[in-house]
Amino acid sequence: MAIPRFWREIASRYNLIGTKCGSCGKVDFPPRAVCPDCGRKSIGKMQRVKLTGKGTVVTYTVIHDAPAQFELQKPYVMAIIEMEEGVRLTSQVIDTKPEDVKIGMKVQAAFRKLGQEGEAGVIHYGYKFRPAG
Amino acid sequence: MRGVAVIGVGETEFGELWDRSFRDLGIEAGLKAIQDAKLRSEDIDAVYIGNMSAGKFIDQEHVSALVADYSGLADMHLPTVRVEGGGACGAIALLQARLAIASGMYDIVVVGGAEKMTDVGEVQAAEILSSTADQEWESVFGATFAGLYAMMARRHMYEYGTTREHLASVAVKNHKNGALNPDAQFQKEITIDAVLQSPWVAEPLGLFDCAPLSDGAAAVVLCAAEKAHKFTDTPILFRGSGQASDFLALHDRRDLTTMDATVVAGKRAFDEAKLTPKDVQVAEVHDNFTISEILAIEDLRFVEKGKGGPATLDGVTALNGKISVNTSGGLKARGQPVGATGVAQAVEIVHQLRGEAGKRQVVGARRGLTHTLGGTGATAIVHIFERGD
Ligand SMILES: [Zn+2]
Repeated sequence: MAIPRFWREIASRYNLIGTKCGSCGKVDFPPRAVCPDCGRKSIGKMQRVKLTGKGTVVTYTVIHDAPAQFELQKPYVMAIIEMEEGVRLTSQVIDTKPEDVKIGMKVQAAFRKLGQEGEAGVIHYGYKFRPAG
Repeated sequence: MRGVAVIGVGETEFGELWDRSFRDLGIEAGLKAIQDAKLRSEDIDAVYIGNMSAGKFIDQEHVSALVADYSGLADMHLPTVRVEGGGACGAIALLQARLAIASGMYDIVVVGGAEKMTDVGEVQAAEILSSTADQEWESVFGATFAGLYAMMARRHMYEYGTTREHLASVAVKNHKNGALNPDAQFQKEITIDAVLQSPWVAEPLGLFDCAPLSDGAAAVVLCAAEKAHKFTDTPILFRGSGQASDFLALHDRRDLTTMDATVVAGKRAFDEAKLTPKDVQVAEVHDNFTISEILAIEDLRFVEKGKGGPATLDGVTALNGKISVNTSGGLKARGQPVGATGVAQAVEIVHQLRGEAGKRQVVGARRGLTHTLGGTGATAIVHIFERGD
């Protein structure tokens, strides 16, 4: 992935910055310019918010066939996580054995290396999740 | 809108065809369809091509003009259109061609679908498939295409008690059908145990829960229904078409175990046709993974929500069951050259409705349906066909 393409999303990938709709209060992540529920009414009313990083596993998988840049991490756990704010995102679950991950498990965001491009490539950072508490 | 009929079909064999190029495949399918329709090239008004990613798979864009050129149509200067929509591109090309004829602008359009996937390595091919998911907010974190479908499967198991045996029964059925299809990539039956023991790709999906990487092409000739009898005694009519989209990323969807795009596309197609799922005898649905077929038969209302697994294991969707699903072998056994998928599904339905499907013929098939997905369900498209004689 091109460097500017990753760099553009750093605020959200490093700090979990999303948006809150000024019309209905719904939180989106990553930031949206228009609220999917309110449409036009929300234009100009989308406020930036930082998510707490606390969430719950809604579903998960253990990846065995991985893309080249994740080859060294496999097998690894990917999950869809519902954040306290109600919005969902896709991330890795780390610091736990794959067999211990369950639907309903509480998790907390952590800042980690995501992957590296090529032999001496650029290192991407962002959020992963670990068991809470 | 004018009625539109399929008057000719053709496809190549599907598989890892090292010795065949993208051009070879596209042309073979196109010429077979033109021959089947008994067309002269002067009869053709336009060429539409479904292709997902020739740019990434073979480093060639502009494949619509390429296919027309190598089919010997260059000096006719036909309009050519390439359609992209992830795995749904072939089915969308069909709809666009149908609309172009229905509008009165064209009378006869050749619709092709083709993909050459095995010139790149398996890891690279899997990454290209992943690019139909959300690259920025799914793939970059390590989610693979299979992984996203695996998360749907896991949630379906949690909510409805679906088991790995239920998932495996989709692969077993489709291999059984594929064994009766001379164009299929896998013409060999497999057992539930073989599926369960296949190596993990993304838990709970093993290798045999996944459709293969394939090369292949398919083509159909569409014609204004009022002129179809000049070419064939058994035109196959479009009765309804529905297309729908949804959030690109799986995590943004309303429900992880229902593809709303399929529900809506199906409803639109059945509404246009003024038919219900009970009126259809044969369906080709998008089984890129075993879980996908279970979701499809539920979301198209062939079976009750949550019962797709047990229904498949009980033979409800087997050849000449209550509703025969994926008689071609589906993406799982026929193969999934992505761009060809939607068109190849239509080719199978036409064979079934004409009564020329040989050993895999559905008895009394009069109406058939195709269901095709783009990405993890951000696009779905449904066509309903009926014998028009
Ligand atoms: Zn809103």
